[in-house]
Amino acid sequence: MTAVTLTETGPGRRGDSFLSVQDLHVSFSTEDGTVKAVDGLSFEVEKGTTLGIVGESGSGKSVTNLAILGLHNTEHAEIGGEIWFEDQELVGASRTTLERLRGNQIAMIFQDPLTALSPFHTVGRQIGEVYRKHKGASKREARDRAIEMLDRVGIPNARVRVDDYPHHFSGGMRQRVMIAMALVCDPSLVIADEPTTALDVTVQAQILDLLKDLQDQMGTSIILITHDLGVVAQAAHNVLVMYAGRAVERGTVREVLGAPRHPYTWGLLSSAPRLGSSVDVPLKPVRGTPPSLLNPPSGCRFHPRCDYLKQVGPDLCSTEQPELSPETGHADACYLTLKQKQEIYTELMEGR
Amino acid sequence: MEPLLELKGLTKYFPVTGGFIIKRQVGNVHAVDGVDIKVGEGETVGLVGESGCGKSTLGRLAARLYEPTFGKVLYRGQDISHASRRALKPIRPEIQMIFQDPYSSLNPRQTVGTIIRGPMEINGINPHGGHEKRVRELLETVGLNPEHYNRFPHEFSGGQRQRIGIARALALNPKLIIADEPVSALDVSIQAQVVNLLQELQRDLGIAFLFIAHDLAVVRHFSQRVAVMYLGKVVEVGDRESIYERPRHPYTHALLSAVPEATVDDEPRQRIRLAGDVPSPINPPTGCRFRTRCWKAQDRCAEEVPPLIQVAGNREGHLTACHFPEAPTTHGEDVVLDPALA
Repeated sequence: MTAVTLTETGPGRRGDSFLSVQDLHVSFSTEDGTVKAVDGLSFEVEKGTTLGIVGESGSGKSVTNLAILGLHNTEHAEIGGEIWFEDQELVGASRTTLERLRGNQIAMIFQDPLTALSPFHTVGRQIGEVYRKHKGASKREARDRAIEMLDRVGIPNARVRVDDYPHHFSGGMRQRVMIAMALVCDPSLVIADEPTTALDVTVQAQILDLLKDLQDQMGTSIILITHDLGVVAQAAHNVLVMYAGRAVERGTVREVLGAPRHPYTWGLLSSAPRLGSSVDVPLKPVRGTPPSLLNPPSGCRFHPRCDYLKQVGPDLCSTEQPELSPETGHADACYLTLKQKQEIYTELMEGR
Repeated sequence: MEPLLELKGLTKYFPVTGGFIIKRQVGNVHAVDGVDIKVGEGETVGLVGESGCGKSTLGRLAARLYEPTFGKVLYRGQDISHASRRALKPIRPEIQMIFQDPYSSLNPRQTVGTIIRGPMEINGINPHGGHEKRVRELLETVGLNPEHYNRFPHEFSGGQRQRIGIARALALNPKLIIADEPVSALDVSIQAQVVNLLQELQRDLGIAFLFIAHDLAVVRHFSQRVAVMYLGKVVEVGDRESIYERPRHPYTHALLSAVPEATVDDEPRQRIRLAGDVPSPINPPTGCRFRTRCWKAQDRCAEEVPPLIQVAGNREGHLTACHFPEAPTTHGEDVVLDPALA
């Protein structure tokens, strides 16, 4: 495990970002060897904004967020680097510290509400439980709070529905219950892991709008994990694109979707058909398949699937790992020059 | 010209049983309710709708894996809705399926060779040069290495497995392939590879497709004609341009406006947010089934089932089932029905 490298000025919080992940490493030991699920990831989340983390399955986006919540089993997972939340370091924090944070200041919305909710307890009790634990409220107060929250997330007739069990609700309504549960203690950070993937499009649109609405009212920061760039475009302020455990591009939604710089981001954008795109040209997929993290490719992890190795020059891509640069603002991890990137992207988009 | 496949008033109810010890039928799931669709030779027809709208059931009915409750399935003019196994035997090879989940649709104990050879052996087809040669050809057609003949499914990634499923469907030179969500289980970058492959096959081999998916953009990319389903009924059908550029049914408008687009254009799109979810197909609403979520619903919608017809202003072949159709544009006014968002 790589040790944390302390810079001259020392790590810790910078600027006004209240969640800061620095050089995070997460690896799991398996029978076949060590899987480096996250390898040197840094990002920040500012107050009241939404960061969309995009990547395909196995890119490490969920692992990162479980690390923030301290939900990895430390017997199997090795975690290195730093995670600063307000003034606390979360990597290696004690169980009691984490327990005080989870559900209270940091909350999570899971992908599948049916498996994340207990089938044996009424939704009111499940929502109230969190509130009672962290705020020391009485049963009656917790129930009133649950009704208030259900009402807020748009469940009609909340006073009656509070005593229903999860199976009484439809998929979209269950996801609203999850959101109500996550927000019951007014957390300052909500991690939503694929919150709409299991839902139909019309319901997805409702839920994304609802999250946005609640964010405006309560000033919550959100980390939105998704594989869908469309969801990010609709619901996030900033984007982090991940590939094979590393960040390949970062910036505001406008920067990354409007003028993407990394070949992988281009691939994601050009491989998905759009409602307005031309139907006569074939889609431009990313060739090959995502790498195994047991044995990640040397150098840039995307190089075996990249079409632009020649433009960079001999061997650089396959030997040396590019870093995300510049430090702040719109950044990407690719050796192409900025001019090359702009030219290639313009050319790519002409055919669409 | 006679269509390759014609579905006429096709209906499928699944019984719902209840009661203790003595089970009684207490109702029906109206999975598919009076659907008419035609698929011409070499044509690609897309079927979109949300989960539970009956699109998969319709696919299985078209392949005659289910027997319809009412209505007819005509293949080349021949009524196969209640045909026996024996009568179906010569037709089965011509209609093949591609399934959604490439993990559960391949037998883990069989090699790729055995899997793809299976349909040929069952149907007693002996291609020139033997089965193995044909399988290797097929593997090459779908972009896999013919050397992988003796490998097992677990050695392949999701995208590659889906290719194996496609090779199996092609083994019998089908005339019609029913593809039930063929790309929705795949990662974005792999989806495009499979969509391109299907499109190439469609062009080169002239196979007709019934392409079932919930992703409107993928369906638009792949299909010449599109049918939109809601709660077991087709609410709108037409050529691609009509459905995506000039939709008339409020539900089609709602679906299109809900698709999240990965663009940062400043041009505002119509924003329609429906309230609630799809009602239960056990007890579907009377009249128009969409009326419970529709912003234009009036008394008439509850009383009369709107027929699927060419409403005024529609082009030839563009049918809409609505009493009060929307204007044919995708840039209408915003409609927000969800109380939490108001």
